[in-house]
Amino acid sequence: MLGWELPPHNSGGLGTVCLQLCRSLSKRDGIDIEFILPYDADHGIDFMKVTAATPQNVVSVIRSGIAYDSYKYIRDDGTEEWLNIYDQQELFEHAVASMVDGREFDIIHAHDWLTARAAMRVKEKSGCPLILHIHTVESDRAGGQRGNPLVREIEEAALYMADRIIAVSQHTKNCIIRDYGIPADKVEVVHNSIEPSDIVPSDGENEYRYLQEMRRHGYHVVVNVGRLTIQKGLPNLLRAAKEVVYRAPKTLFLIVGSGEQYYELIDLAAELGIGANVLFTDFQRGKRLRDAFAIGDLFVMPSVSEPFGLTPLEAIGYGHTPALVSKQSGVSEVLNNCLKVDFWDIKEMANQITAVVQNDPLRDTLVDNARKEYIRLSWDGASDKIVDMYNRHAAGVSA
Amino acid sequence: MTNKKAIVLYLHVHQPFRIRHYTVFDAGVDHRYFDSEYNSDANNERILHKVAEKSYIPTNNKLLQMLHENPEFKLSLSITGTVIEQLERWSPESLDSFKKLTETGRVEIIAETYHHSLAFFYSRSEFEAQVRMHVDKVKEVFGLTPTSFRNTELSYNNDLAYWADKAGYKAIITEGWDPILDWRSPNYVYRPAYTDKIRLLMKNYRLSDDIAFRFGDRTSSVWPLTADKFTGWLGDEQKVTNFNLFMDYETFGEHQWQDTGIFEFLAHLPKEWLKNQHHTFMTISEAADTFEPVDQIDVPNTITWADTERDLTAWLGNGMQTGAIQSLYDLQDHIMGCGDLGLIDDWRKLTTSDHFYYMCTKWFSDGDVHAYFSPYNTPYEAYINFMNAYHDLKFRLAIKGITA
Repeated sequence: MLGWELPPHNSGGLGTVCLQLCRSLSKRDGIDIEFILPYDADHGIDFMKVTAATPQNVVSVIRSGIAYDSYKYIRDDGTEEWLNIYDQQELFEHAVASMVDGREFDIIHAHDWLTARAAMRVKEKSGCPLILHIHTVESDRAGGQRGNPLVREIEEAALYMADRIIAVSQHTKNCIIRDYGIPADKVEVVHNSIEPSDIVPSDGENEYRYLQEMRRHGYHVVVNVGRLTIQKGLPNLLRAAKEVVYRAPKTLFLIVGSGEQYYELIDLAAELGIGANVLFTDFQRGKRLRDAFAIGDLFVMPSVSEPFGLTPLEAIGYGHTPALVSKQSGVSEVLNNCLKVDFWDIKEMANQITAVVQNDPLRDTLVDNARKEYIRLSWDGASDKIVDMYNRHAAGVSA
Repeated sequence: MTNKKAIVLYLHVHQPFRIRHYTVFDAGVDHRYFDSEYNSDANNERILHKVAEKSYIPTNNKLLQMLHENPEFKLSLSITGTVIEQLERWSPESLDSFKKLTETGRVEIIAETYHHSLAFFYSRSEFEAQVRMHVDKVKEVFGLTPTSFRNTELSYNNDLAYWADKAGYKAIITEGWDPILDWRSPNYVYRPAYTDKIRLLMKNYRLSDDIAFRFGDRTSSVWPLTADKFTGWLGDEQKVTNFNLFMDYETFGEHQWQDTGIFEFLAHLPKEWLKNQHHTFMTISEAADTFEPVDQIDVPNTITWADTERDLTAWLGNGMQTGAIQSLYDLQDHIMGCGDLGLIDDWRKLTTSDHFYYMCTKWFSDGDVHAYFSPYNTPYEAYINFMNAYHDLKFRLAIKGITA
């Protein structure tokens, strides 16, 4: 399996999803995974072999930008470096290609365009079937435009060359069919999931002391966690927030994340006159990230477009916090017990947020039912589909 | 006394005033809670037209013909105040077709709450007011005075029977639920515990559901169901007195579509049943007058005719439902005291049980969204619309100087 990141060095959902998927797959008979990464680090993983394609030593990778076209690497010794992603891919491609000889494997399972060049080379050299797992595509990141032509070219080649394509949602499958001209029957939807047992139980003390205190005084907290980038639709959330605060002044918004819209959003909140009600925390991980999910009365994911969107499930899992998600997200295809809104419908977003902060029974019923649904969502269903796919392709049967 | 066996056919007619997509931006601004855009799923006029065309008009035509052709054919109807209002406004021809049925003198109308509410469980004064409103409306429209009673969703307990007895009703009806009946048969008349005169008729849900739920289901063991086969089963039961076939009126044409043959079944039912001279039809009140009760029935906890649980959990099963209905009834005294008839009318329309049913999450949580029968996409949407309307009621009270 070819991947770009794994926790704890992940920049977002991709690493988390790969880890949980592999853990579930590894429990199946006859499945042995070697997970190849572009960097070397200690992951503490015992259920599969994790191999570094190159001896680069990295502590964390932070990505930025719409197409995450550059990465900030923070090394063990604390030095930081922004690296050109194409150079990184080329390095990965050659390193992985040189690993083919002397290894026996049946299936190449590659995640996203970042690993696609390497995946194609491996397929060429080994003749093994290639399953391309698409978590996001350039056309979707670029809001329906063509996007970065270099990225697009790699994606197109890989989508054509793949023997089978996995899309993380119907939303993403639609993009692949519509924007890349891939036949629908080559693409199978395997929704992401979440592993309830992965959830670290809260130790009771929340890092957001101020918000905790304000909640005791009758305030309600609305949380968003994600990159502050155009795809995430945050200006609409702030515009809705203005309407909410006007009707329910004891409402606070917590925005957790970093990205190119950071300063723009701070400006916008001030301009809308709700500067005192919106708190920005910058990028967080670990306990502060988990506590952000937990401090909310409602988690809002207002994304313009979201291939899947794991954060609402994390909010339900970590925080017992119900979610409002945009209808333009993959997670809205699998989660029933949440509120849903079109990303552009600011009034309806405000209507629903106001309803939650004004009516505790709505929040309580949402979260009770979402928890029940969440516990049933596990990776086992996804693994069933993927193992079946492996078996068909390893046996030499196409499609 | 008679030694004839009777089919007691009872049909329930109801439509709620569904709340439109009513947002926080409407509260305090626009007080029309029930006027959806014509093409929306919650538009009451459009839904009524559809049901009138598919169900009320063809069914009433068929029933009228059956009454003309079979002098012994009779039935009972309950028809809520809210649906009568809608028929008056949007489908007077349907209302006329109901009147033609009652004009035969062989169709009884049963009393209930005007607004199809759960008021009995929240406010006795409001419950009695809504029953009076319904009785008055039935007198005004049909010229009839009801002598039997049914509560919303056939919800029933000893207290209700006691109330109906004191109010002078001859009969009350509920579900023939097995844990209550135990070894007894629903095919008799009973006496409710702690009452004197009133009689209890209990739905034979197996026979009723063969028609209402399973008629068009080709996987059902009884399919295809013909009037001949059906009356054959009833004829085989030797000692019993009355078969209580209770169902939603919309069974005919709406739940079971015309192409299932449901109307042919209905038309042949009296013909087949009355072939035997020891068979007849009775209204609910007539059965109560005719047959002596065989035993007494004790129902301390509320039952209904709904779901596999036969309880009120579809209406009052989660926090949104109980919170919303309690908030609404908490306003009662302020609303009644304000003297604004429009405000009272809107409040009463919000007591209709359907609003709380739309907030039910018990099927939705199982992921079985198809079992969820509602004009809204989710129970949460239903709750949000309702609570915004509730907040608007409070706003309307507030501008009158009443703080609720």
